[in-house]
Amino acid sequence: MELFLKIGEGSIQLGLLYALLALGVYITFRILDFPDLTVDGSFTTGSAIAAVMIVHGFSPWLACLGAFAGGLVAGACTGLLHTKGKINGLLSGILMMIALYSINLRILGSPNVSIFGSDMVFDHISPITLMLIIVIAFKLLLDAFLRTDMGLALRATGDNKQMIRSLGANTDTTTIIGVSLSNGLVALSGAFVAQTSTFADATSGIGMIVIGLASVIIGEAIFGAKTVFRATLAVILGSIVYRIVVTAALRIEWFEASDLKLITAVIVIIALVFPAVRSKVKQKGLAKKRSAELLSNIQTAPYSKPTGGEQ
Amino acid sequence: MLHIENVSKLFNPGTVDEKIALIGIQLHLKPGDFVTVIGSNGAGKSTLMNIISGVIKPDTGLVNIEGQSVGHLAEYQRSRWIGRVFQDPMAGTAPHMSIEENLAMAYRRGKNRGFSFGVTTARRNLFKQELSRLGIGLENRLRAKVGMLSGGERQALSLLMATFTRPQILLLDEHTAALDPARADLITSLTKEIVRDMNLTTLMVTHNMEQAIRLGNRLIMMDKGKIILDIDEERKKDLTIERLMSEFEQISGTKMADDRVVLG
Repeated sequence: MELFLKIGEGSIQLGLLYALLALGVYITFRILDFPDLTVDGSFTTGSAIAAVMIVHGFSPWLACLGAFAGGLVAGACTGLLHTKGKINGLLSGILMMIALYSINLRILGSPNVSIFGSDMVFDHISPITLMLIIVIAFKLLLDAFLRTDMGLALRATGDNKQMIRSLGANTDTTTIIGVSLSNGLVALSGAFVAQTSTFADATSGIGMIVIGLASVIIGEAIFGAKTVFRATLAVILGSIVYRIVVTAALRIEWFEASDLKLITAVIVIIALVFPAVRSKVKQKGLAKKRSAELLSNIQTAPYSKPTGGEQ
Repeated sequence: MLHIENVSKLFNPGTVDEKIALIGIQLHLKPGDFVTVIGSNGAGKSTLMNIISGVIKPDTGLVNIEGQSVGHLAEYQRSRWIGRVFQDPMAGTAPHMSIEENLAMAYRRGKNRGFSFGVTTARRNLFKQELSRLGIGLENRLRAKVGMLSGGERQALSLLMATFTRPQILLLDEHTAALDPARADLITSLTKEIVRDMNLTTLMVTHNMEQAIRLGNRLIMMDKGKIILDIDEERKKDLTIERLMSEFEQISGTKMADDRVVLG
């Protein structure tokens, strides 16, 4: 029992730390329908900016703000490459991710920077409490933003580009805003993670896109995504559930800590394949049942007119 | 209102696939004109629509709306003057957003989109009132996802979204062609009603000859990138499908070749 509580607490903390990342991935992957791989780079950018600013004596909150701004810029670059440079979305993200790898090393000055012993946002408050407040605040802000005129245009950009363009929105601008905001959140997530782990590492962003995707897909599959309010909540809870699943899986003796990314990939694959298979099976069953019904109707009343016909 | 001067457009210029989409088009619409456009396959009807709305830019010529040259403006910038309904009922609405959210986006046509809420109580009342004009009960389903509506309902909503902000020009691009006859009739009569009530300057492409003759105050026929026939209100009154077809054959020297044409 105690063990479960411990797993639970650790998972919730990690889940909340990465929930902002998941919300960021939700914006690009689900709302804009833009598979943005910048995330692997911008997550590190966030932790690098935060770590370096903290080492140089800036307030940790200011460091978080700096990380957020860094993510915004990185995302805007990807958005510009895709919209103005007409580069394929997937490729724009990959190019930016590779570019950021070098930029992150420049920011850090070495492969990793320790901030152990410096002032951090979690100094006087437990990470769970603080992250809960921050994540809920960002969730509500994001919900509100997506209901504004600009937010509606952003959602329509992912839903029906032709239509929102014919209504006068510049879809290049909305795409850039969306990708930018997404990476801002991802970088902010990186800043908080760096402060709980007390260091920033140039390779910490690898696989972040898959973790974000896992949270989005698991969340939507379990908690539903009927409205924006529901969807953002589902994404946050998905981030926590993902951590619980991973922690539980790693407790199986055969697995090693280095298998984490493989487990993540498998979870995402299951979460992607399962709903498709389920709906197909359901559809097939329904079609069979309806056909049988119609068939038995014909057999019991061979000469009756179809219902709804003239009297 | 709308002036098109000497507009030409080539596709694949200089290659073996070179195609003249439009050549030397002159078209002037007065305020309140309702012009129906017919023509054979590849006559340039859709290209004309796309040139007016700014989806494609002409090779030569000018497009003026209300005396202002709009040739340099992109599609999203011209939308403040132009409302458009597409042939595909799926094209004019966002399926994963609610009816009221779709209307809220149309409400901001051509205006800046800022940080105020898209759907407010005041706007919701306005949307309800506008939706009730359609007479198909959508006013009671404001929060329903548009993807749940039928093709006819979606097209009716598209028509409302294109018109309720009173654009200077309404472009209808075969907007009843993808619907079943009953739904097409509904959309046609709604179109007639809305255009009349709001006195919108309208350009409507159609494959339905009967519809082209019955609706509007002017009819133009296109062939091979040119306007070959321009029939004004007086002559349109006693126009028949037979006369229209024979005029076409006389001018172009061929039979009307349109695999989708509906004689009515």
